[in-house]
Amino acid sequence: MDGSTESGRHPRLGRRLLTERLSSYWLTVAGYFAIALFVLIVLLLLYESLPLLSEYSLVQLLTSSNWDPAQNEFGFLPAIVGTIYVTALTMAMGTPLAILTAIYIAEFAEGRTKRLVSSFIDVLAAIPSVIFGLVALIVVVPFVGDYLAPAVGSSATGLGIFTVSLVMAIVITPFMISLSVESLEALPDELRETSLGVGATKWETIRHVLLRAAGPGIFSAVLLGFGRVFGATIVPAMLIGSQMQLPDSPFATGQTLPTLIVNDFGELMSLPLTQSALIFVGVILVVVVWLFNFTAMLARRRLKRRWQY
Amino acid sequence: MDRYAKGWLVAFLARGAAALVVAVMLLVVAVTIFRGGRVLLTDPSVAITPPGARYTLEAEGGFFHAIVGSLFIVIPATVVSTILAISTATYLQSDYSSERFSEAVNMFLNVLWGTPPIVYGVFVLTVIIAIGARTSLFFGIVAIAIFQYPIMTRYTDEALNGAPDSVREASYGLGATRFETAVITARSALPGVIAGIIMGFARGIGDAATVLFTAGRSNTMPSGPFDGSTTLPILIFDNARAPNDELRAQAYAASFLLIVAVLVLIVVSKRLAGRYARYTPGGRHS
Repeated sequence: MDGSTESGRHPRLGRRLLTERLSSYWLTVAGYFAIALFVLIVLLLLYESLPLLSEYSLVQLLTSSNWDPAQNEFGFLPAIVGTIYVTALTMAMGTPLAILTAIYIAEFAEGRTKRLVSSFIDVLAAIPSVIFGLVALIVVVPFVGDYLAPAVGSSATGLGIFTVSLVMAIVITPFMISLSVESLEALPDELRETSLGVGATKWETIRHVLLRAAGPGIFSAVLLGFGRVFGATIVPAMLIGSQMQLPDSPFATGQTLPTLIVNDFGELMSLPLTQSALIFVGVILVVVVWLFNFTAMLARRRLKRRWQY
Repeated sequence: MDRYAKGWLVAFLARGAAALVVAVMLLVVAVTIFRGGRVLLTDPSVAITPPGARYTLEAEGGFFHAIVGSLFIVIPATVVSTILAISTATYLQSDYSSERFSEAVNMFLNVLWGTPPIVYGVFVLTVIIAIGARTSLFFGIVAIAIFQYPIMTRYTDEALNGAPDSVREASYGLGATRFETAVITARSALPGVIAGIIMGFARGIGDAATVLFTAGRSNTMPSGPFDGSTTLPILIFDNARAPNDELRAQAYAASFLLIVAVLVLIVVSKRLAGRYARYTPGGRHS
């Protein structure tokens, strides 16, 4: 678009082409923004955790159970064990619930009931987690403390790993349900018709055909759920009791990696090494959650390739 | 157990699981509404009174500062991330970028979407420390905007993806530029885009982990963009474990306001999404 052709054009064309060029610059910037943000977060967090990593070895940090920032002792083991405990218990309770509900919505429910149940799930997904924590404080904590823990012969106040897992199992279900429903409903109807046509019952169809076909999708939903629980902050911070100790029973109080950040950030400003240690916790969270995410993405991609719809 | 009994059992279990999930959702909403509503009915002034000097000790005053903080953080953050999200989604959907690049960016967006909010909080706090600033309303806006950006981009991207191709083709056929076509495509997907923005707003207003360390967590009214502030979720988080009964009651009142706001936003976005689905050929029915 050089000047020589300018005279023969409609007067507004120049302006339109200018808008086009300027907007193209801006949109390109916006397009790269996601990548830039990602890279910036990783680099900054890594850079800020260097002071800690240069002082202690990684093995030492991850296997020591002695956490005392005032004495420059940074052992992440109790928080790591607590996080694994919470994640495992939550997923053990949440996954069957989510998959069964997804099967109900995708295969059993019809018409108005289906719409109603799915919009309830959407509401559940949108409730802020701090409200789950608040309600759990008056509903779940007394229940666990007064009935459940004594019933299995353990004395507890109700705050602890099991309570967190119970609440988190509900917090992450809507998320896993909607992803599983999505992958179940994306399956072609011929699969169902063929299976029912050769004499399988509905459950056999679900078990041997649909769940297998939608397997990678459901697997990726579960992995994303794992990531969610792993990084959950507010509910554990309100309910876990926040004690830096190796948990000896599911009803014990403990600490997860995110709650470690929440509880110890107050004194952060004064102690550079503590600051570095807590930022390093952020790095651990990011790496683990992103691993879950990448695996989930690969699983989904496989699903897409297997079923060309 | 024969195979028919097994099928019956599974149908029963699936129904039971769905009923359990729905029951828990109703329980959470009901408990919040009843407890919070009772506090607000007995003393509606807590929601519009600024906190007194002895707020954390004796619950002097109300939690108006948290309402103001929430609105002044989430509204600007939503504006910023809406502009960014629509731009990114337009770039990915239209003919500016190659399919390969779009796929790569989508991967990063998914990863950002799954990143725990606390990481964004730590990230922004690290920036604050690095540049020697103080935690304030402004950095709360930054943190929430970063948190909302991947969520909104995802929704907007989906909405633009659902816009009929014929719109784009017709627009190019009439000689429109890429930018003009992008604007027209965005307009044809507008209800979906708006629904996405509302969902982003709802997520932003309910999140505590991102703003816990960035907005200042103060107990006074914010006096300017660089003054410490607090939001409703932070207030609930702090007051829920307060020894003072009145402070705990205020946590319920605050969560009442929060859950009502979120429910209203969901209903609005559902209505818009429903309208949008009806006008899209082959669109989903919801």
